Amino acid sequence: MLYREAGDFKTSYRDDGQTFPIRLDRWAYYAALVVAFLVVPFVINDYWANAVFVPFLIYAIAALGLNILTGYAGQVSLGTGGFMAVGAYAVYKLMTAFPEISIVIHILLAGGITAIVGMLFGLPSLRIKGFYLAVATLAAQFFLVWLFNKVPWFYNYSASGQINAPERTILGYAVTGPATSAPAKYLICLVFAFVLAWVARNLTRGMSGRKWMAIRDMDIAAEIIGVNPLTAKLSAFAMSSFFVGVAGALLFAVYLGAAEVGEAFGINKSFLVLFMIIIGGLGSIFGSFAGAAFMVLLPVLLKNVLVGGLGWPTDLAAHIELMIVGGLIVFFLIAEPHGLARLWALTKEKLRLWPFPH
Amino acid sequence: MKMKLTALVAAGMMAAAPAMADLIVPNLSYRTGAYGANGTQYADGFNDYFTLLNERDGGIGGEMVQVPECETAYNTEKGVECYEATKDTGALIYNPLSTGITYQLIPKVSVDKKVLYTPGYGRTSAKNGKVFEWVFNAPANYWDGASVAVKYLLDENGGDLNGKKIALVYHNSAYGKEPIRTLQGLAEKHGFTLSEIPIDAPGQEQKSQWLQIRRDQPDYVIMYGWGVMNQAAIQEASNIRFPMENFIGIWWSGSEVDVTPVGAKADGYKALTFHGVGMDYPVYDDLQEFVIEPGNASQGGEHVGSVLYSRGLYAALVISEAIRKAQDIAGASQIDAEQLRNGFEQLEITPERLTELGLPDFGPEIKMSCDNHGGSGMARLQQWDAEAKAWNLITEFTEPDQEIIAPLIAEDSEAYAKESGITPRDC
Repeated sequence: MLYREAGDFKTSYRDDGQTFPIRLDRWAYYAALVVAFLVVPFVINDYWANAVFVPFLIYAIAALGLNILTGYAGQVSLGTGGFMAVGAYAVYKLMTAFPEISIVIHILLAGGITAIVGMLFGLPSLRIKGFYLAVATLAAQFFLVWLFNKVPWFYNYSASGQINAPERTILGYAVTGPATSAPAKYLICLVFAFVLAWVARNLTRGMSGRKWMAIRDMDIAAEIIGVNPLTAKLSAFAMSSFFVGVAGALLFAVYLGAAEVGEAFGINKSFLVLFMIIIGGLGSIFGSFAGAAFMVLLPVLLKNVLVGGLGWPTDLAAHIELMIVGGLIVFFLIAEPHGLARLWALTKEKLRLWPFPH
Repeated sequence: MKMKLTALVAAGMMAAAPAMADLIVPNLSYRTGAYGANGTQYADGFNDYFTLLNERDGGIGGEMVQVPECETAYNTEKGVECYEATKDTGALIYNPLSTGITYQLIPKVSVDKKVLYTPGYGRTSAKNGKVFEWVFNAPANYWDGASVAVKYLLDENGGDLNGKKIALVYHNSAYGKEPIRTLQGLAEKHGFTLSEIPIDAPGQEQKSQWLQIRRDQPDYVIMYGWGVMNQAAIQEASNIRFPMENFIGIWWSGSEVDVTPVGAKADGYKALTFHGVGMDYPVYDDLQEFVIEPGNASQGGEHVGSVLYSRGLYAALVISEAIRKAQDIAGASQIDAEQLRNGFEQLEITPERLTELGLPDFGPEIKMSCDNHGGSGMARLQQWDAEAKAWNLITEFTEPDQEIIAPLIAEDSEAYAKESGITPRDC
């Protein structure tokens, strides 16, 4: 009887329409925020930041972005890696060209640039959909990686084509570059993830989100009820690319510090983020976080258990890890094709009735 | 179930933190992924040399060496994870065998004060010790390799490459792009034309590039490849009947796994190397006695004696010599990473010392200093004999053309110093 809504009365539409209508959920959300902002930064060390929290938060932002496009607007995209590369190279060019301007503005601008590029590559979505669109965005993935590899201007003519993030600070604390402390790294990613998740939640339940979902569910019907497919699809591409671009910028500047486009932003990244939203749950904010957590944390946990705990050889552990993660993905999708978010929602439904199911 | 998992994780964390008393040299290896076939052999050689020191001599200066392994799969993100996971355990030095991971770690090691040793790979301009205080890449780097290859071609052509055409086939990544500037400089100096032909990772598919080579008919092809790209390139070269004698790979394109799949047609293929080949060295007898026979060899010793195994072994040897030097300077057997860095900066591996170590004439003489973290840069050529299934050394150690390389190193390292706000040290 822990999880219940007895006595939780709503007396206004506003109360009824809030993100967490159940009081217990709301508390859990606030508690998670308090822990994330006020506890974790004080206990985090380099390992937890670099291996666990920072990649989790960055991939969660990327998953949110792809979820807007694929989950809410129904436009399948395999170009995520390429768009992350746009964000990374945009922030690199901005950081090196305008060192005096705050890195936060650069990251947002990088998102903006990615949004424009994303809209350009989203234009075919007006004519084609489904698998055909997936192939068109796949072209974006390969074209963008090729472009950043080919044109030396993007990597400031360095001998090797690698880009390195110079040190930039916020309020005197380094957030990029090698001297960045673990809490600073974590906090900047957390702030971006929190704000963007909040934006995404409110976008998707507002008018634009309704339009996206109408297009997703039946585009002709949506057009008949007055949704303009052009603006709806392009705004979905723009919003999604903005998120993905910010994720790419953070991945390069804050997390990796140096990147090589083919390796860091290859087709594998596109698949990784796509798997995140499929496993987490299409069309769900919570699902984006759950999927990112699943795909980022599970391999690290398995590695620590198998190699650190059981002392297995590293190559055996790496292969078994692939098999376990793959097996779990298959299992999850058979047990719950709508992903972890749906599984979580079902659990809550059951708990609300427990112990008297009907 | 949940309790069990938590207990396991907790146990894992305890086990992952080894006793601080030993010398800890993590092995960021890759035995899986697209480059696993190459990484495995290197990692085995690296492990086995330290096992030999532990078993035969009781470690270095009385201190046992621990070589905890961490799997990177040649992936930079996993490499960073491995680095973070091991750095607080008292690790002294990192040798990730990946240019991508090296680029990630260069800024990090200077803050965390760990030594980064990247023999024959990594960032070439790290040779400049004034800027890259914690990075060492002796005995040779990519630019040395390109220069030695061109020097060899000069020798073959009576000192004149005027009007010749050389094609560079390269892995389209930081690693493959490294030699381009050197070769451009050398092309200008010696009057040959250079064409650059990139191949995207991992490189199984390179038909169109070799069609281009067949059309252009270059006199020589130089290759900077790694992993499956090498086999595919040598196969394609034999398909277009490109003369193997005119095909020179960098040292990362010159191991058994690269040539054996092509069979007899790979006969005559050449590659650079900065160390000897084969098992005709006394150290292999010790390895047999102390490591392989008692069953202590990494992965059961299946790769002993291969080119990449020898390279891993050689890297371990240089590290162990630096540790010895550091122990001498510090006057203590237990050293930290800072003392190891001093050991590296004063490292001197003479031919006599190599003979003492059971590897006569195995590597070039290494002499490092505060401003030279890259040694002499000498390399030699080896040629594949398909019938005997063996590499044969065909030249002596050759000095690269420092006239071209030194200004490039100064330029690139200064650019890095400016970009990252480093004031070069006085040496």
